[in-house]
Amino acid sequence: MIISENKPMSEILGFLKNAEKVVLVGCNQCAATCKSGGTEEVLKMKEALESEGKTVLGYTILDPACNLLKSKKDLKALKTEIADADAVLSLACGDGTQTIVKNLKKKAVYPANNTMFIGETKRVGEFEEACKACGQCELGWTGGICPVTVCAKGLINGACGGAKNGKCEISQENDCAWVMIYERLKEIDQLDNLLEMRPMKDYSKQNNPRYLNIKQKQQQKASAKA
Amino acid sequence: MSLLRETLESGKFAVTTEMAPPKGTDLSHLVECAKPLVGRVHAANVTDFQSAVMRTTSLATCKILKDVGLEPVLQMTGRDRNRIAIQGEMLSAGVFGIKNMLALTGDHTVVGDHPQAKGVFDLDCIGILQTAETLMDGKDLVGNELKGSPEFYLGASVTPEYAPIEIQLMKMQKKINAGAKFFQTQAVYDIEHMREFRKLTRHMNCKVLAGIVPLKSPGMAKFMTANVPGIFVPDNQIERLRAVGKENWVSEGIKMAGEFIRQLREEDLCDGVHIMAIGAEENVPAILDEAGL
Repeated sequence: MIISENKPMSEILGFLKNAEKVVLVGCNQCAATCKSGGTEEVLKMKEALESEGKTVLGYTILDPACNLLKSKKDLKALKTEIADADAVLSLACGDGTQTIVKNLKKKAVYPANNTMFIGETKRVGEFEEACKACGQCELGWTGGICPVTVCAKGLINGACGGAKNGKCEISQENDCAWVMIYERLKEIDQLDNLLEMRPMKDYSKQNNPRYLNIKQKQQQKASAKA
Repeated sequence: MSLLRETLESGKFAVTTEMAPPKGTDLSHLVECAKPLVGRVHAANVTDFQSAVMRTTSLATCKILKDVGLEPVLQMTGRDRNRIAIQGEMLSAGVFGIKNMLALTGDHTVVGDHPQAKGVFDLDCIGILQTAETLMDGKDLVGNELKGSPEFYLGASVTPEYAPIEIQLMKMQKKINAGAKFFQTQAVYDIEHMREFRKLTRHMNCKVLAGIVPLKSPGMAKFMTANVPGIFVPDNQIERLRAVGKENWVSEGIKMAGEFIRQLREEDLCDGVHIMAIGAEENVPAILDEAGL
């Protein structure tokens, strides 16, 4: 899931300083779970903007915002309001906001959220970063704990000397990824993995922007076989 | 061949010290500290942006020390350089005839004086060691031929008081497989821990320099135990320091360091020592006197 949180109201009002009439767009997936862009938060934002003297012409909650064609279709329901608005405020993640931008080419679209990380819900309202989308998953030999994300230095050959009492040198709040990996590998009887020399990580797999076309890839595979 | 390598490989007890480059371009104090050490230590290890604090580079400082007559050990961390910069720095060290290199992952940027900086960590210490081996073989990391290559005696670090110790031992073995011939340890104060560490690592094909940080005050000892990863000062040593009174703290710390080195040697618990005076490099000769070195 993409974890996001609302920007400070002062920053949002800064974007909207020349906009009187606004349309709000939320997202019913990750942003709703993060309490940053579901129905409840969109309604709260509507109230907050109205108390600042703005006019909210309408709102919609996309499901999800990041599906380009589906977003396009769903935004059509607000066609008139959007045409009348000075700006659209997105309460989706950075990806969702960009999808909305692609669908509303002639309209100013502003983000109401900061996109934080890819992670999981630990419990309601509590999220933890889990994946850096590095393009070459290392979980197969680490017992399913990601060193690229969970280790502050993103080390792939084992622990640095910096942990104390199992906590990371950068924060006593953070468990050392490598102590966790060690404990986990011991549990599943795969400690030998820690002795294996890992090849230098290929960061070219992380060069952005990245692109994936499954159909094209399958065709390439098929033509390579033939 | 480097003097450090010659010393360790011939089975002699090696002594290295640590020199921190200054924050600024004035290296005169460092040079003054270095001169009396010529002929007394086998090498001076120059820190690489120690504790992630911006300073003059290890490479430039190594060159200055070499000119003074002290054999340098270049420190190379992965925090600040990607694999292109690391290779370039190693070639530059080769140009200057620097023959020892210590590979470290490096402290995180957030613990230093520029916490806003982007940490690089393209290569970890294993990758840095592998890179050095590759360059020494006359190739770069993508297989291009080099016109002249550096020659390094390679080292790495280990933390004997890390818990669980198995993590450090496994990584130590990996560092040896990647090319490390010698290790310097995090500061140790408890002889019992060094006895245990020697037992656990005796079979490994490498030399170990025990890390010595002379205590300057009971407060420093307490602070390090509480805050510095892998450092543990036993209570009786803090007590001994406290008992001598404030005006004698530094001299007592020097004495304690000297005694500890003697005991390490007598019991053959290491192949040498690495003295880290941390801002009091001028005290290193006194520590050597106390240790009978």
